[in-house]
Amino acid sequence: MRHLLSAGDLSLDEATLVLDTAKELAQVGGRSVKKLPTLRGRTVVNLFYEDSTRTRISFEAAAKRMSADVINFSAKGSSVSKGESLKDTALTLQAMGADGVVIRHGASGAARRLSNWVDGAVLNAGDGTHEHPTQALLDAYTMRERMGRLDGLRVAIVGDILHSRVARSNVLLLRTLGAHVTLVAPPTLLPVSVAGWPCEVSYDLDEVLPKSDVVMMLRVQAERMNDAFFPSAREYTRRYGLDGDRFAQLPEHAVVMHPGPMIRGMEISAEVADSPRSTIVEQVTNGVSVRMAVLYLLLGGSESGIGN
Amino acid sequence: MSQTTTYLIRGARVLGGEPADILVRDGIIADLGPDLSAEGAEIVEAAGLVALPGLVDIHVHLREPGREDAETVASGSRAAAMGGFTAVCTMANTDPVADTAGVVEQVWRLGREAGYCDVQPIGAVTKGLGGERLAELGAMADSAARVRMFSDDGMCVSDALLMRRALEYVKAFDGVVAQHAQEPRLTEHAQMNEGEVSDRLGLGGWPAVAEEAIIARDCLLAEHVGSRLHICHVSTKGSVQIIRWAKSRGCDVTAEVTPHHLLLTDELAESYDPIYKVNPPLRTAEDVQALREALADGTIDCVATDHAPHPVEAKETEWANAAMGMIGLETALSVVQHAMVDTGLLDWAGVAERMSAIPARIGRLAGHGRPLVIGEPANITLYDTAAERVVDAASMVSKSANTPYRGMRLPGRVAATFLRGIPTVLDGKVQ
Amino acid sequence: MHAQKHADDGDESRAVLEGPEIDRALTRIAHEVLERTKGGADVTLLGIPSGGVPLAQRLAERIERVEDRPVPWGSLDITMYRDDLRLAPARALGRTEIPPEGIDGRTIVLVDDVLFSGRTVRAALDALGDLGRPRAVQLATLVDRGHRELPIRADYVGKNLPTSVRESVTVLLKEIDGRDAVLIGPAKPRAGHAGDTTVQSTHAEGDNR
Repeated sequence: MRHLLSAGDLSLDEATLVLDTAKELAQVGGRSVKKLPTLRGRTVVNLFYEDSTRTRISFEAAAKRMSADVINFSAKGSSVSKGESLKDTALTLQAMGADGVVIRHGASGAARRLSNWVDGAVLNAGDGTHEHPTQALLDAYTMRERMGRLDGLRVAIVGDILHSRVARSNVLLLRTLGAHVTLVAPPTLLPVSVAGWPCEVSYDLDEVLPKSDVVMMLRVQAERMNDAFFPSAREYTRRYGLDGDRFAQLPEHAVVMHPGPMIRGMEISAEVADSPRSTIVEQVTNGVSVRMAVLYLLLGGSESGIGN
Repeated sequence: MSQTTTYLIRGARVLGGEPADILVRDGIIADLGPDLSAEGAEIVEAAGLVALPGLVDIHVHLREPGREDAETVASGSRAAAMGGFTAVCTMANTDPVADTAGVVEQVWRLGREAGYCDVQPIGAVTKGLGGERLAELGAMADSAARVRMFSDDGMCVSDALLMRRALEYVKAFDGVVAQHAQEPRLTEHAQMNEGEVSDRLGLGGWPAVAEEAIIARDCLLAEHVGSRLHICHVSTKGSVQIIRWAKSRGCDVTAEVTPHHLLLTDELAESYDPIYKVNPPLRTAEDVQALREALADGTIDCVATDHAPHPVEAKETEWANAAMGMIGLETALSVVQHAMVDTGLLDWAGVAERMSAIPARIGRLAGHGRPLVIGEPANITLYDTAAERVVDAASMVSKSANTPYRGMRLPGRVAATFLRGIPTVLDGKVQ
Repeated sequence: MHAQKHADDGDESRAVLEGPEIDRALTRIAHEVLERTKGGADVTLLGIPSGGVPLAQRLAERIERVEDRPVPWGSLDITMYRDDLRLAPARALGRTEIPPEGIDGRTIVLVDDVLFSGRTVRAALDALGDLGRPRAVQLATLVDRGHRELPIRADYVGKNLPTSVRESVTVLLKEIDGRDAVLIGPAKPRAGHAGDTTVQSTHAEGDNR
């Protein structure tokens, strides 16, 4: 059984297969019976060590639309909060016969560790500051729907790159899919070795915006200023926030994305977030289709359709 | 312990030289030369084996008191003997902390009772390793344990004034402060070496500068107050350059490197297996090369294992939640052979200097690190350089199994260890 | 494209139907559909990917030529309803395109290239049920090779082709393979074995097994 641990594990063919499959599955949401029998009798465990209602319900909706049995296992109020180790939890899931485990965890590499301890497929739903591959897939899907292509697309990712699993997964996946990524952030919020990443880097949002087809804004926690990543929320917003004036610098066709949860007034202004060129609501809808596709490809057959 | 048995070690190559016989009687080397008479002696066949002075490790964690589930003085000193060591210095981060005469004497006594090697406690520099007030350094020096090394290992004495005072104070009893060089603010949330791999894996970075900045500061401080300084587990190329510069200025600084920093790199973290999580972290191949060269040219004075046993559950977990450290006593000599001897950087005389004579001198361990000549204490390690083994974590003598070399093929095997004429290891087995 | 390769291999495959016979069979089916549905005013043709889709389109064109009005046609992918999903690696999905008329209250004619065990048709009926409630469902197939494993029969058959289970039936279509033909050859490994993960090849396997 294979897993989805990193967006970097997907080849161009595999990533395209996920997006094409998601495109077909998107129709299910518009049917009279919003359900497919495909994963009947399969058990998917949502193992969430971090509170993330939006990601959990997205996976839950995806698994249920495929008729899988879904068990939600949240760390709060469970054996985990009583000190059970990840390995012991894994052995419990194994004993319950979980075919797939969707894991969200605060520690980088937790999904990879879990995959050593269970036979089922492990789906990384965000591990620490490492990766969030299904978010990158749904972002790519949204871009392809809006722009009609990914190859050659110019994508700016703006914000706290250093602490962002979304940025890491997007850089890897978008490169595979042929898009050109530019990371935009103050130098303090970029990894020290970012020069070796397969993307461009800029400290100047105003210079990048006119050359972008897609701008992806990342959440920036105001508390970061306490660790001197930037002087104040006000200064961050002034230099890196996407407000109406900056929005006007974008080409006519460009769209604005945000993986959520967003902080209006910090990295994005309300008028931009609510603009018709913002894809924020579509991203949520597309998330279910993409996760259905990943669940199907990992669990639907005798062996995974991706990662082989 | 009885001292009645006389041993004739036959045909050993002293420091890798020509074969000779070594007669061990009453705890000393009674005779040494070709074709000695075996009369009344038990024969130890050592043809082809290299004879080294008993190895000395000035940096181990034996976890007692406090974490006897991971290691005890008895189990740790057996592991030390198995690795060819006749003396080890135990770090102070026990529970309770070895910051009083009472605790250091307890550890020292446990070592004597076990009898596998000399166990010399290192005293804490600050009370409870708290980094705020000096521990009673003089009381520990005057105790039965006769402490000469002091370290807050695991924690850095980051307060510059406190470090200056400690360096000055221990001069009164020929002490040395062994610094764990880690600038604390620069290493908040640190999980591994900061660089390309940590950025990709999303693990908090432990930058080289956090080590180098403290080493530079402490060398200047030691020079200023005319004190002896020892740097624990040097791990970066930059640290090597700073120590080389400090020594050229006449600073009385010594430094150690661990076997794992001579061999392993940060890319091993890609598995997210915390067996490779250690402090200071595994660095890059460039650092490894610089450390090997520095050990060869004497910039780094000696090898110390930083043997750090942990129970299974401390490692079978997420990387961020796992304990730092790896065991090393039973593999140290093999790793040094692999990294330094087989690469032509050191000969066996050089190994003897760096794993016995020099560390004994730094730790002021009387009777250890002495040359293998007539009249010296019979602390001897017999080592089979031609042997080879696949490291098996389960068969370690240590109570813990957290070795990063498990499954690796390493050269060499300790055939016998003599502590003052008594074999603690014979035929590769703990006695 | 797999089918093309087999055909070109010059193995023991032999053509039992060629282009003109296939044309005639489809024309006949088109007339039968009109007859049975009394003018076909409420007929929607749904092809089962991949072989059934061009056949559905061709039937729609023929009916249009006779009746001089557009006939809704589309495709219905049944991958997610297959009963043998776990016997093979996860497959890529075919397209499902339901014409704007929808399926509620319509007479749906399912179109497939080969009718074999009947399992594909069973899956298609399940898929249809999740999409809506047709007035009636009928089945058209270019080739019926027998060996049914379910109580299913075709309403319209291009050619009945008695075969052995040790034989394979391959339908080649211009739109996919560049030529029209029905070939019989020795049995190939069934879906679930190596090399049969693409939709392109399943149409040639007969009955999507």
